[in-house]
Amino acid sequence: MARPGNKIIQAKLVLLGDMGTGKTSLVLRFVKGQFFENQEPTIGAAFFTQILSLQEATVKFDIWDTAGQERYHSLAPMYYRGAAAAVVVFDIASKDTFIRAKKWVEELQRQGNSNLVMALVANKSDLEPSREVDTEEGEEFAQENGMFYIETSAKTAENINDLFYEIAQRLAKACPSKPSTMNLNNEVQHRRKLFCCFG
Amino acid sequence: MDEEYDVIVLGTGLKECILSGLLSVDGLKVLHMDRNDYYGGESTSLNLIQLWRRFRGNDKPPAHLGSSRDYNVDMIPKFMMANGTLVRVLIHTDVTKYLYFKAVDGSYVFNKGKVHKVPATDMEALKSPLMGIFEKRRARKFFIYVQDYDEKDPKTHEGLDLTRVTTRELIAKYGLDDNTVDFIGHALALHRDDRYLNEPALDTVKRMKLYAESLARFQGGSPYIYPLYGLGELPQAFARLSAVYGGTYMLNKPECKVEFNEEGKVIGVTSEGETARCKKVVCDPSYLPNKVRKVGRVARAIAIMSHPIPNTNDSHSVQVILPQKQLGRKSDMYLFCCSYSHNVAPKGKFIAFVSTEAETDHPETELKPGIDLLGPVDEIFFDVYDRYEPVNEPSLDNCFISTSYDATTHFESTVMDVLNMYTLITGKVLDLSVDLSAASAAEE
Repeated sequence: MARPGNKIIQAKLVLLGDMGTGKTSLVLRFVKGQFFENQEPTIGAAFFTQILSLQEATVKFDIWDTAGQERYHSLAPMYYRGAAAAVVVFDIASKDTFIRAKKWVEELQRQGNSNLVMALVANKSDLEPSREVDTEEGEEFAQENGMFYIETSAKTAENINDLFYEIAQRLAKACPSKPSTMNLNNEVQHRRKLFCCFG
Repeated sequence: MDEEYDVIVLGTGLKECILSGLLSVDGLKVLHMDRNDYYGGESTSLNLIQLWRRFRGNDKPPAHLGSSRDYNVDMIPKFMMANGTLVRVLIHTDVTKYLYFKAVDGSYVFNKGKVHKVPATDMEALKSPLMGIFEKRRARKFFIYVQDYDEKDPKTHEGLDLTRVTTRELIAKYGLDDNTVDFIGHALALHRDDRYLNEPALDTVKRMKLYAESLARFQGGSPYIYPLYGLGELPQAFARLSAVYGGTYMLNKPECKVEFNEEGKVIGVTSEGETARCKKVVCDPSYLPNKVRKVGRVARAIAIMSHPIPNTNDSHSVQVILPQKQLGRKSDMYLFCCSYSHNVAPKGKFIAFVSTEAETDHPETELKPGIDLLGPVDEIFFDVYDRYEPVNEPSLDNCFISTSYDATTHFESTVMDVLNMYTLITGKVLDLSVDLSAASAAEE
């Protein structure tokens, strides 16, 4: 719930990372508290909203999932447009996904805005025995690129809330501005007489 | 790629992307490909580097214009009627949540050598020099008839069958002069030429109602709205809809050769040596050049400026209609202007377009009356492109080809083509009264 008198920040958050790294699972864990062992590739829902209340602000997240468009590198520029935060995800048990995460960060730096809050997420921390990417390696890359690093597991829920709280906190400091635009779904409040004119 | 799809869509122009989205939502298995490495095809918006590459070959854009990525220059400039069918399609599919819109500041009309605002309020109408005081009273009676006219309620028809009575005959009843008729036909009903005068009046009456309803909807200074970052956002948003419902996207696919069997029916599409099989192909004219014919040409100029169009009350987004009669032409000319206020250019910069159905081979000469209204420009580009329409029989070859974008100022004809194609492809009529977001919310 929004606290009264608190400033409200509406922020677009985009998820990036290769197929199968658990992007959708992270969001479902955060938004709905759910986890499915065999989460289907993203279909049907790729847009979530969630509100986080902090001391200093209430952050309303519009979370965009890739909808599978990352598969053949066909994510549209629109995806990055106006994003206030980006979460780049890789799988700790797959070196390849970490190498690809670096490419996604490059893409973000090219397409996203300059004061974007960026997180590098090492997901599937429950797969520790088959880990292929060291914590130090991830931390170092994150630091070099102005991101914060966190290891999560959508399966066990480890660090999921911490991830989004950290982003919210950073957004509350940066306080991104939103363009003032219209809502197309709004019907006319006071219908102006059609041919008012020519009286 | 080596799979069987219900539909393969070629080209990511607005029409193809809307169809791809609608078909995926229907549960069809869709593969969507484009030969370009960007979305939008002919209806894309270009940044500065892409714009220079297209029109200036190896030259580089000058530094004083600012950063390339701050520019989103539409290749098919149009505005959206606030109460038009595109808005209804956006709401129906809930694609609105991916886009930001702002009203267009003003709509103007060129009359007797001057630019005048098309009145949007009582006060503007009262002051408008477009009509004399007595003519305004006569026009008012006609507007009230149009406003009250309800197709389903014969009482409002005043004994006239508008499917038979021509626009000329209807207007004659109100004794309006030619100047007013020109204003009504071109600035309100948005006809491109004068054929409407001899056609049944119903179409003109409906167009006037659309104009008035659009003007009323968001209380803006014009009946138009326009997306932040340019029209190129629209195909991307519908592509996302398609992807969300399982559509597969591949850009930068060379060739995209449509394959047929002995009976001439489509069986798949080949790119880079791989063939994806399918039952139907949906595409823009460029992917099946021997199943379309040329029906016209559009001449246009694109200008980058550091000021709004003069005499438009400092409007940062505006349309000016130059009716054909005012110019001694066969079809109208249009000016569009958008700016940093819609995030299509960096602070202080304006993008203006002049476009018309080409009547000669010399766009520079032909577009001069429109260009003269722009004032000084930083840069200007000229172009003529061909318009095509399909000549195939979709029931025989299972190819569904869209018609090229016309020079109209808005998207009504664009969406009509899409809805007709949707019906041809699926055998269903799209019910735009259903709000998909409400439907999916109910499912949860």
